[in-house]
Amino acid sequence: MLNVLDSAVPVSCWSCSVSHQSSTLFCPHCSKIQPPSGGNFFSVFGLEPRLELDLGMLEHQFHKLSRKLHPDRYARATDSEREWSLADTALLNDAYRTLKDPIRRTEYLLKLSGAEIGEEHAGKTAGAGRTDPSRVPVDLLEEVFELNMQLEEMRAARQAGENDPHLQQSLTAAKTKFDGLMDDVDSDLREQWTAWDSGDTGIRANAQKTMVALLDRRRYLANLVRDVTETLGA
Amino acid sequence: MSEGRVVGIDLGTTNSLVAYMQGDAPVVIPGVDGSNLVPSVVALDPMQEGGRPTVTVGNSARRSLIETPERVVYSVKRLMGRGLSEVQRELSFFPFHLASDVQEGEVPRIQLGEMRFTPPEISAYVLRQLKRNAERFFGEPVTQAVITVPAYFNDAQRQATKDAGRMAGLEVLRLVNEPTAAALAYGLDRAKTGTIAVYDLGGGTFDISILKLNDGIFEVQSTNGDTHLGGDDIDNLLLAIALDEIHAEHGIDLRQHPSAVQAIRKAAIDAKIRLSADQSAQFDIELPNGDRYQREIPRDVYEQLIEPILERTAGPCKQAMTDAGITQEQIDEVVLVGGSTRIPAVRALVDSLFHLSARGKKPHTDLNPDEVVALGAAVQASILAGSSQTTEELLLLDVTPLSLGIEALGGVVARIILRNSTIPASATEHFTTGVDGQTNVAIHVVQGERELAADCRSLARFDLKGIPPMSAGLPRIEVKFLIDADGILHVSAREQRSGKAAEIEVKPTYGLTDEQVETMILDSFDHAEEDFAKRLLIEARNEAESILAKVAQARSNPAWSHLTGEEQSAIDAARDHLASVNAGEDTNSIREATLALDRTTQHLAELMMDAAVTSAIRGKTMEAAGEELADNVTAPHPMAPAEFK
Repeated sequence: MLNVLDSAVPVSCWSCSVSHQSSTLFCPHCSKIQPPSGGNFFSVFGLEPRLELDLGMLEHQFHKLSRKLHPDRYARATDSEREWSLADTALLNDAYRTLKDPIRRTEYLLKLSGAEIGEEHAGKTAGAGRTDPSRVPVDLLEEVFELNMQLEEMRAARQAGENDPHLQQSLTAAKTKFDGLMDDVDSDLREQWTAWDSGDTGIRANAQKTMVALLDRRRYLANLVRDVTETLGA
Repeated sequence: MSEGRVVGIDLGTTNSLVAYMQGDAPVVIPGVDGSNLVPSVVALDPMQEGGRPTVTVGNSARRSLIETPERVVYSVKRLMGRGLSEVQRELSFFPFHLASDVQEGEVPRIQLGEMRFTPPEISAYVLRQLKRNAERFFGEPVTQAVITVPAYFNDAQRQATKDAGRMAGLEVLRLVNEPTAAALAYGLDRAKTGTIAVYDLGGGTFDISILKLNDGIFEVQSTNGDTHLGGDDIDNLLLAIALDEIHAEHGIDLRQHPSAVQAIRKAAIDAKIRLSADQSAQFDIELPNGDRYQREIPRDVYEQLIEPILERTAGPCKQAMTDAGITQEQIDEVVLVGGSTRIPAVRALVDSLFHLSARGKKPHTDLNPDEVVALGAAVQASILAGSSQTTEELLLLDVTPLSLGIEALGGVVARIILRNSTIPASATEHFTTGVDGQTNVAIHVVQGERELAADCRSLARFDLKGIPPMSAGLPRIEVKFLIDADGILHVSAREQRSGKAAEIEVKPTYGLTDEQVETMILDSFDHAEEDFAKRLLIEARNEAESILAKVAQARSNPAWSHLTGEEQSAIDAARDHLASVNAGEDTNSIREATLALDRTTQHLAELMMDAAVTSAIRGKTMEAAGEELADNVTAPHPMAPAEFK
């Protein structure tokens, strides 16, 4: 189970000794796999950090690189090559999983640019963090207060084995509304993508700030929707 | 770089198989008895005077099920990688027991006669049998294999399977998920594209996987399942009903009689298999007091009984589609795998789950559901060996079935690698200290989808040691979690401020340590790993002696007199030839003479078989039935009659 991965970067190919750029996956001279260079999720695909991505192209690249990097191709290679293939393929898979999802991609790029992003994992902030009152978007304060009351009532009713159709209806309506608000956030985010991708440093900095706020709001909404769905489905 | 052959192994709950890529098609390697299936049954033969007990595997081990049920283990796959409390309930259905002194936290040991074995050791015996079958077939050593596991197996179950391989003297190049292997067996044609669902209901496990095929790449989109759901559950249900009824009607509690329970289990399995073809099946069993337990089970009653079991496969199927982000209509093909998919009610359920007949579609059943997983394992073996042009362009991208998480404050799970992530997959997390001068940090890793760590499967506890003493919160320990292509977790850590690789002490929650595995390597127990040629000679002689004995016996069978004089003298000549070369040392001559005698006696064997079938009558004593099934080499279950087409 224990395996310490070392990512030292040689300047020349371990196999043919021809020197190469440290960020390459394979030696341009002899095509042998190289030690992991610690690249990021964009560079492993040979991409500049961007938010608008051609997903068809990304999938095509993913398959192409998988064919060359996958541990299945190194089952009988040397221990080092097997270890590098494992590390590189994990990086490739992590990169593909992150980049193909618009929200994870945005979060990743913003983090890469040094932004502080809230916890992205469901469950990490579970419990106390779920509806942390200090982070309630101001425009939603009143509604969230109301919603939490209704959720409490609903849970209490469920526990008593009762069903309140009126409450159910109003929670369903709230869910529809918050779903709609999430859609709004998503289209706002897309606008910022374009700004970030094409903008100069100043525009980027602005877009970045806006996106961090939008992601916070989205995460908050997503948690609300999850709470309502869970309570309704319980 | 090793250039030996890589075989594909399906290590099943009920049966195991070994296959390899012959040219551009995978084929199953038969055993000495000509059967493709090796029942996953291991028996400890009674100790000879002054000698060591011998372990037998497969068909010969099945014979002991009725005679000495306390010396036989089967369905051990259900116990792989599990803790004491988990296996205790399960074992109530089986005739074998745990050793009395097993402690919680240890790998449970099964008491077999005077010896004790862990589940990986039992599996290792099955694997070694398959290894030997392959070596006999190729005439050369086989040391590398691909072994299949249920897609829904967790880390501990996977590790236990790998340990079993190592104990059997096999380097396990890859663990492949069973449904994915089945897809490989079906999808050899690179031109195939589209979305397929593999529904795999075997003896003890259920898996559903959804894959996208594109230009030779098999990309698993999602997987789900239940590692404790299969044909065994139907057997146990029918068995429990029969035992209760016998208790109520005849006042006998057969649960106290292991061999009677085995006889009823056999009758239950027979009834289950018959009900896949017929509209009803009968129980007709002689009880120890001479009474008969007779009962008819009509198909509709049977289907009502098993509906709750089958219905348990629906939830995982729906969840897999949700996780893949698709609806039934987007599934182009459904592949059925596992013996239990022969049950008409299972096929009806699959049809409605995936809207098949409504869309003018039928599930794929053209490959034998008992063999398809092994065939797929052989394809994967060929991919790894890089030895075939057919498989050169194929690539399997599988996923991890369960989310990986770490226990955070308050016992809540922080998920770090989500289920259905393509493997290998990794995640990096940072940890720090809570107290000034603290030099170690404990991390609890769990697998599962529940919110609380206590409700998930505990994988291991890691103790990060040797952190340089600093103020609380100052150390920054980077821990990298990596799930490899076998679905097994690796963890590495480094303290970033000092740049030192932190020392990690791993305490797996369930599982054997490396040292324990080392001591369990079968050949060290067997203490006599003869050199390969010598072993082949011994095996060839054993086969020769076994066929010579059979022929001697057959001469007194009434069928012998139905042969022509010519046939009789040909058999005698072949027999004499084998007897003479068997006295020598030449493995190949012995084997050739054995095959020759086998061919010459084929007609005789057919005549004897016909006679046996016509004289077979229902209601014979269980002892006689036990003998008969022990002789029946192609049975798909330790207790079941022959395979049916």
